[in-house]
Amino acid sequence: MTPALLAAGDPLFDEGVDGAVLVIVALKCLVGFLVYLTAVANMIWFERKLISFMQNRIGPNRAGPIGLLQTVADGIKLFTKEPLLPARADRTVFNLAPWLTAVPAVVAFSIIPFSVEPVEILGKQTRLQIADPSWGILLLLVCSSVAVYGVMLAGWASGSKYPLLGSVRASAQMVSYEAALGLTIVAVVLFSGSLLTSEIVISQAAEGPFGYLPNWNILRLGFVPFFIFVVAATAELNRPPFDLVEAEQELVGGYMTEYSAGGFMLFYFAEFGNTVTMSAIIVTLFLGGPAGPVLLGPAWLWGLIWFFVKLLVFLFMYVWLRATLPRFRYDQLMDLGWKKLIPTSLVWLLALAALKSTQGKSTTEQVVVVAATVGGSLLTYALLSRAVRVGSRRSTEESAPVDPRRELRGTT
Amino acid sequence: MLLAAEFLSVDNLVFVTGAVVTLIGAFFVVTSRNPVHSALNLVVTLFGVAVLFVSLHATFLAAVQVIVYAGAIVVLFLFVIMLLGVDRDEAIEAEPLKGQRPVAAALGVLILGELALLSNLRFRTPPPDAVAGSITPVVPDKTNVEQLAEAIFTRYLLAFEVTSILLVIAVVGAVVLARKPGRAFGLLAARPEDDPAEVGA
Repeated sequence: MTPALLAAGDPLFDEGVDGAVLVIVALKCLVGFLVYLTAVANMIWFERKLISFMQNRIGPNRAGPIGLLQTVADGIKLFTKEPLLPARADRTVFNLAPWLTAVPAVVAFSIIPFSVEPVEILGKQTRLQIADPSWGILLLLVCSSVAVYGVMLAGWASGSKYPLLGSVRASAQMVSYEAALGLTIVAVVLFSGSLLTSEIVISQAAEGPFGYLPNWNILRLGFVPFFIFVVAATAELNRPPFDLVEAEQELVGGYMTEYSAGGFMLFYFAEFGNTVTMSAIIVTLFLGGPAGPVLLGPAWLWGLIWFFVKLLVFLFMYVWLRATLPRFRYDQLMDLGWKKLIPTSLVWLLALAALKSTQGKSTTEQVVVVAATVGGSLLTYALLSRAVRVGSRRSTEESAPVDPRRELRGTT
Repeated sequence: MLLAAEFLSVDNLVFVTGAVVTLIGAFFVVTSRNPVHSALNLVVTLFGVAVLFVSLHATFLAAVQVIVYAGAIVVLFLFVIMLLGVDRDEAIEAEPLKGQRPVAAALGVLILGELALLSNLRFRTPPPDAVAGSITPVVPDKTNVEQLAEAIFTRYLLAFEVTSILLVIAVVGAVVLARKPGRAFGLLAARPEDDPAEVGA
C-alpha cells in the first residue's frame, strides 16, 4: 500500500509513514469523531429550539443552560432503557440495521476538508481533513448506498407490516434520488478535474469571473446543479418535505416503528448526522468549502470559521424547510425525481461538457456547440415524453380502464 | 523469521483480509437458509472483492463495485425477495435438480485444478526483483480514473458502446415482457378522485 493510495492530496504522507504520522492520523480520527458527535448533538438541540421559535413555543429548556444538554439527557435515557425485540423479528438483522445507517454517516464525514492550508502538528505538514482517499467524493456515494441497507433491513427484520412498507418506500426513494445526486456530482467533478474533495476545494479558490466574484461551483456551474443537489440530498436524507418514510398518518413511524432504546437512538443519530454530513458536502462541493477572506491570525482558523458559517446556513435551511413545507405525495415525489431532476441534470451536464470541451476556442464556436447540445437533448426529451404519452393513451384506448372496485360493486 | 517478516507486509495483510471476508461471505451465501441472509452475505462478499480491488490499486473499480453491486443490484435482489414474500427459511436438504450436487462438486474441483494449472504455467508472476516495485501503477503520473477513462473511451470504445446498447435493449425488453397489455394502465387510471360515486359517499 503506497501512501498515495491512502491519501492522495495530503502532504502528511509525502515523506513516508513513521510513528509521528500514525499518531497524527489517530489523533485526527479521534478529534474528528468527537467534533462530529458534538455537532450532531448540537444539531438536534438547534433543530428543536429553532422549530419551537418558529411555532411560538419555548422548546427544550430544562437540562442545562437554554436546554443545551437536552440531547445528552435523551441519549443517556435511551441507552439505559430496555431494548425490545419484537416476537417475529429476525434478531441478527434487527440489531445490525441501525449500525448500517449510523456508521456510513460518520464515515462520509471523514472526507470533508476543513482547511486546505497545511497545519504543522508534531513537525509534519498536514491538512485539517481526516481522510483524503484517491476515490474522494465517490466515498459519499458508497456510504449513501450502504445506508440504504440499514433502512431496508430495519423494516424487513421488524417482522411487521408498517415498518416493511416504510422501508420499501424509503429505499425506493433513496435509490431514485441517488441518480440525480450522482449526476450533479459528475458536473462538479467535470469542472474541478479531480475526485479528491481537497482538489475540488482548491479548484474553487482560483480567481472567479469579473475578478470579484468567487470561483465557487455554485456560480461556475450555473446554480442548477446546486439546486438539484440540495433537493436530491434532502430526499436522500428523508427530511421534510420528503419524509414520506415516517408519515405518521399512514405508516406510524416508518421503518423504525419497532425500535426502542439503543436502536432508536442510532437511527435518530444517523438522521441528524446525515443532515450535518450532507450540509458539509454541499458546502464543500458548491460553496468553496473553507474559502473566505483571511482577516487576522492563521489561515486555517479562518477556514474553519468560514466553513462553520456556511454549514450553519444549510442546517438552518433544513430546519426551516421542516417547519414550513407540507409533505409530498408519493407519486409526486417519484415524478419529481425521475421526470424532472434526472432529465434536467442530464441536459445540464451535457451543456457543461460542451462548454468544457470548447474552452479556449472562439466565443461563436462555444455558443454553437453548447446550443447544439442543449437543443439536441431537449429535442430528444420532447420526443421521448411524446412517445410515452402516445403509448399510454393507446393502451388505455385498447381496453377501457377497468376499475376493480366498480367491478366488485357490480357483482354484489 | 525472515519469511514471516516478508509475509507481514501491509499488502499481504490487506489481501488476506479481503480474501477471507470474500470467502466467508461466499460460504454463507450458499449455506444460509433464509434468502435475505444469503443476499446480505453476498454484500459481504462484494465488499471483500472491493478490498481486493483496492489492494490492486484499482480504487475506482473498488468504489464502483460497492456503489453499483452492493448499492443497486443487491438492493434490487432484496426488493424482489421481500415483495414476492419468499423470505422464509428453506430446507437446504431439498435438491431441485436431481444429481445437482455431485455434478457441482466435480465441476468445482475441475475449475480449481484448471486455475492451479494455469496460474503455474502461463500467468506466473515474475519474482519481485525481476520487475522492481511491481506494485506501482503502469503510468504513475496518471490517476487510476484517468487511466481507466482513457482505456474505455479510446481503445475499448466499441466494446463499451456495444455493452451500453445491450443494456438498453435488456431494459426495454424487460419492460415489454413485464407489461400486461391494456390492464396495467387501467389499474393506474383508477384513482379515488376520478370516481364520482366515491365522492358522493
